[in-house]
Amino acid sequence: MTRTYRSLAAIVALVAASHARASLRVVATTPEYGAIAATVGGDRVTVATLAKPTEDPHFVDAKPSHIVTLNHADVLIEGGADLEVGWLPPLIEGARNPKINAGGPGRLRASEGIQLLDVPAVLDRSQGDVHAAGNPHFMMDPVNAGVVAQHVADVFCRLDAASCSTYKSNLSDFQSKLDAKTKEWAAALAPLKGTPIVTYHPTWRYFAQRFGLVSDIYLEPKPGIPPSPPHLAEVMTKMNEQKIRVVLVEPFQSRKTAEAVATRTGATVVDVCQFPGGLPGTDRDYLALIDADVRAIVAGLRQGK
Amino acid sequence: MKGWVLIALAAPLAAARAQEAPPQPEPPPPAPPPITVASGNAGKNYLNLSLDGLFAVGASTEPDVEGLETGGHDPAQRGFTVQNVEVVFDGAVDPYFKGQANVVLQIDPEGETTIELEEAYATTTSLPKNLQVKAGQFFTEFGRLNPTHPHTWDFVDQPLVSGRMFGGDGLRSVGARLSWLMPTPFYSEILLTAQNARGETATSFGGVAGDTQFGRPLDPDVVKSFGDMLYVPRYDASFDLGDTHTLVVGASGAFGPNGTGPDANTSIAGVDLFWKWKSARADKGFPFVKVQAEGMTRRYDAAATATLPAATFEDHGAYAQVVWGVKPMWTLGGRFDTVGGDVGDDPADPRFQPRRRGALEGTWYPTEYSKLRLQYAYDDRTGSKDAHSVWLQFEFLLGAHAAHKF
Repeated sequence: MTRTYRSLAAIVALVAASHARASLRVVATTPEYGAIAATVGGDRVTVATLAKPTEDPHFVDAKPSHIVTLNHADVLIEGGADLEVGWLPPLIEGARNPKINAGGPGRLRASEGIQLLDVPAVLDRSQGDVHAAGNPHFMMDPVNAGVVAQHVADVFCRLDAASCSTYKSNLSDFQSKLDAKTKEWAAALAPLKGTPIVTYHPTWRYFAQRFGLVSDIYLEPKPGIPPSPPHLAEVMTKMNEQKIRVVLVEPFQSRKTAEAVATRTGATVVDVCQFPGGLPGTDRDYLALIDADVRAIVAGLRQGK
Repeated sequence: MKGWVLIALAAPLAAARAQEAPPQPEPPPPAPPPITVASGNAGKNYLNLSLDGLFAVGASTEPDVEGLETGGHDPAQRGFTVQNVEVVFDGAVDPYFKGQANVVLQIDPEGETTIELEEAYATTTSLPKNLQVKAGQFFTEFGRLNPTHPHTWDFVDQPLVSGRMFGGDGLRSVGARLSWLMPTPFYSEILLTAQNARGETATSFGGVAGDTQFGRPLDPDVVKSFGDMLYVPRYDASFDLGDTHTLVVGASGAFGPNGTGPDANTSIAGVDLFWKWKSARADKGFPFVKVQAEGMTRRYDAAATATLPAATFEDHGAYAQVVWGVKPMWTLGGRFDTVGGDVGDDPADPRFQPRRRGALEGTWYPTEYSKLRLQYAYDDRTGSKDAHSVWLQFEFLLGAHAAHKF
């Protein structure tokens, strides 16, 4: 019996110790928020991410291990524009952590203060899986990433005043790199201004708006509805008419469908991702991710010419 | 309301931030002033509302469909069945509680509409020490399937063991449940439920007057003292095996008095297992493979009656199922069911006869708000004819999308 108690005490001590190391335990629903949190938090935070960068963020499993992760969290960063609505609520309920309950001090909704596109005038699911709050893929615009990073730094400072100067200096480092990179990306895409692109899902609307591309043709007939042959035929007609040269596809989307469309229209399939870690060399690095996306899109558009 | 206040406070801050956006080489379209957004369903209304309709059509080689199908929400006759039309209300009550109510409507084979308050309960959201209390009318957290609603099931009907142990409507009653999320590095939770032990949703326990169990008549009025409640402890734990595999194991017990007489008790023990593989590149959650199995054993102490001596009956049952999410929105599955053990004092009661059943299903989900499922089952019954059954099931969901528990 004594031995059992001792090993139990050891486990408790271990758990307690692992809690004591970093100042803030941050959980991000999707990897781009995890990357921003890691950049702003530096060595003062530990960051866990629930969704994998390569999976469909609308359909993440509400695994019990995520409940444990959230139970330990000081901060939860979510998009908050309905992207996580199918899996986050039962995790929050299971986690029983008042810090991250709605309105809790550690609950951070990244979409707060962001101008969302595609806000539906009426809620009608015959139009597909529309999100009431608007298009949730706003982090594809680097300017929004800056807004979110500022928001993250504010929340970190409020919860951990002792490390606030570190968070602020990390933020300003990130912001200046982001500004410089945004100029680079804009310059790389400037010659392609007004070029239409085809994407699988309306994930690239914010990116296109920022960099002057036109993204309003999707392989999905309606958001969240799988591609159908008649719709794809329509897409191919538009691609031929508008001489569209690229089809953007993310790791979890059907590359086969994108290839079929591209082959028949002389376009190129471009592998992109909305999440750091979903493309090689972009793990936990938002700037590297957008860099890789911009390079791939520019190369694709040039190649398809 | 607190959330709104925070949002309102955050707006000017965010506006200030947006103005700090870097100078663009190409002047971007003038940024409209940032707006505040509330999170979709949560935040625009005080409660979320949804309506789920579940229907079946099909036939069996045997006419006694209600005998073949043990569940109250299973197909009830050759032809069409309204399995379950469920209205769900849920939302935050205040900073301390979440509330949910499931009201079920059904149309029985005689055309009569019935209304049933399936669940109505509140759950705490802010208790310390990883504790959580749930109170009201709710499905007992025993095993994996019992606490869930029919539209979340992978097959058209409930497993035979659920019907044998818990009757047609699952084990549920009014009561309270305490749960503790243990401070272990892996997920591990202990739950203890105390509920009233009588009624048609507690068939193994008090039950209802007029019903029999193992051939013994029930008189639930014998359940009188506070100690005569149903107590249900449960433990479950989950492990991630690598990045794409998850295992959940659980053990449950249910202890309470039964309606055969004073000091007559029932105990049910169950173990359950769930394993899921999901691709790291899952599109809409597909492809995946999931395996679920539950086994239960029951000890039923029947009191002596005027004509029969006291007796102890023991029976058991299990099911195991595999569902393969082949590609986005398509699944194929198979299930094996078995129940057996003591028949009791009424050999004519088909509910206590040994049975085995095998079922195959295929489902197409046009979206996550609708589904179409085809199921074939072969029933190997003792004392009744074997049966082949084919059912086509249809579901639609309106309103707030209920998040999927794992």
